[in-house]
Amino acid sequence: MNLQVRAGEMVGLLGHNGCGKSTFMRIVATLLKASAGDCFVYGSNVKTEGDAVRHHVGFFSHVPGLYDDLSARENLAFAATMLGFPEADIDAALERVGLTHVTNERVRGFSAGMQRRLSLARLILQRPRLLLLDEPYNNLDVAGIALMNGFIRELNAAGGAAVVVLHDLVPAQGVIDRTVTIKEGRVVVPTADDLRHDGASPQAITLPAGAAGIS
Amino acid sequence: MAFRDDVRRIRAIVWKDLTTERRSKAGFNSVASLGVTILVLFGFALGPDAQALRDAAAGALWLAVLFAGVLAFNRSYQVELDGGALEALLLYPGARWAIFAGKLIANLIFVTAMLVIVVAVGIVLFQVRVPEQWPTLLGIMMLGVVGIVALGTFYAAMSSRSRAREVLLPLLLYPMLIPVLLASMEATKAFLNGDLLNASGAWVQMLSLFDVIFLVATFLAFEYVIEV
Repeated sequence: MNLQVRAGEMVGLLGHNGCGKSTFMRIVATLLKASAGDCFVYGSNVKTEGDAVRHHVGFFSHVPGLYDDLSARENLAFAATMLGFPEADIDAALERVGLTHVTNERVRGFSAGMQRRLSLARLILQRPRLLLLDEPYNNLDVAGIALMNGFIRELNAAGGAAVVVLHDLVPAQGVIDRTVTIKEGRVVVPTADDLRHDGASPQAITLPAGAAGIS
Repeated sequence: MAFRDDVRRIRAIVWKDLTTERRSKAGFNSVASLGVTILVLFGFALGPDAQALRDAAAGALWLAVLFAGVLAFNRSYQVELDGGALEALLLYPGARWAIFAGKLIANLIFVTAMLVIVVAVGIVLFQVRVPEQWPTLLGIMMLGVVGIVALGTFYAAMSSRSRAREVLLPLLLYPMLIPVLLASMEATKAFLNGDLLNASGAWVQMLSLFDVIFLVATFLAFEYVIEV
């Protein structure tokens, strides 16, 4: 599988269930080790320089990754401390995702959509250079989808890259620059961009390198 | 600078673990109740003979801590598995050992709090005479707790991704804890019996050595067991 994503670009990953989209995302996010091949994020190898990669990557998975017994604010405060970002930005992030009315309420009582919004607030705090979104529109209402797309556009405008796993292209219309279809772990019907891999080995995946995102 | 960042992350994990544990009331209550129940059951099994109870006190106490501790170790990772929080935790930049250190300290505080209750009940139930040098005894017990918690936290991380983790953790943990348990029991027993032959010293030295070995080994190996 060869794929290169440039900075400021949003790539949609399409494919049947079980074709390897989520596995690919988890490899890039350093949550899984690839059995073969290479993957670079902003020049750092995901296999050997995991910590450097994690500084650049924000992963929005299908699970919220929140603590039920902490409040919305406490969840974000924990994330801010772990990421080394100021807690001062928490209120702004909560306001942006429309959760100011439940700031001090425990996540346990949140709906699935509210939990997704809180996960998005965590990404807003982080402002990663490479955004990995695994089915990001699940459980989001129309306003939530607009919020997600607004954040992606803003990040891309700032030079960040995004890779998004999609089953439905409709919510991502106007945000995606191009789509890549995966079948059995391989890119099928590749575009001219996918074929041009700057001399990288046939096993290499490139996410924003240099001015851009995944290689 | 990086070390200071890791210390900040460790503090955040300790705060998060203790806060979630304090709020989910079932956690500490059930673990402490199990510890007390085990002591009561030992009491019934040993009968009313006061000397037999006193002789068995150290062993019963450490076994109660061990069995209840396993529940605590499993719970500390269950919090991470609910809602995929472990994934988010692993995605934060920084050294992975900081995650282990945070979990270890939180579990130490949790198990120590449970130990206080179990010891208080044990003293009454097993008619134990509290020695004058009780701070030394407290030190011995803390050495034992450090060994149990270090290995417990480590093996709980290892088994956390298995569907059979409730079964797997005791299977992995108990055999590895035999040296720590033996040293803890013998040191405590010798001390409670007046330590006339100064036998506890050798056991304490052995316990300290096991603690150092287990702490170093678990810190070094954690990065590999937590990765998929």
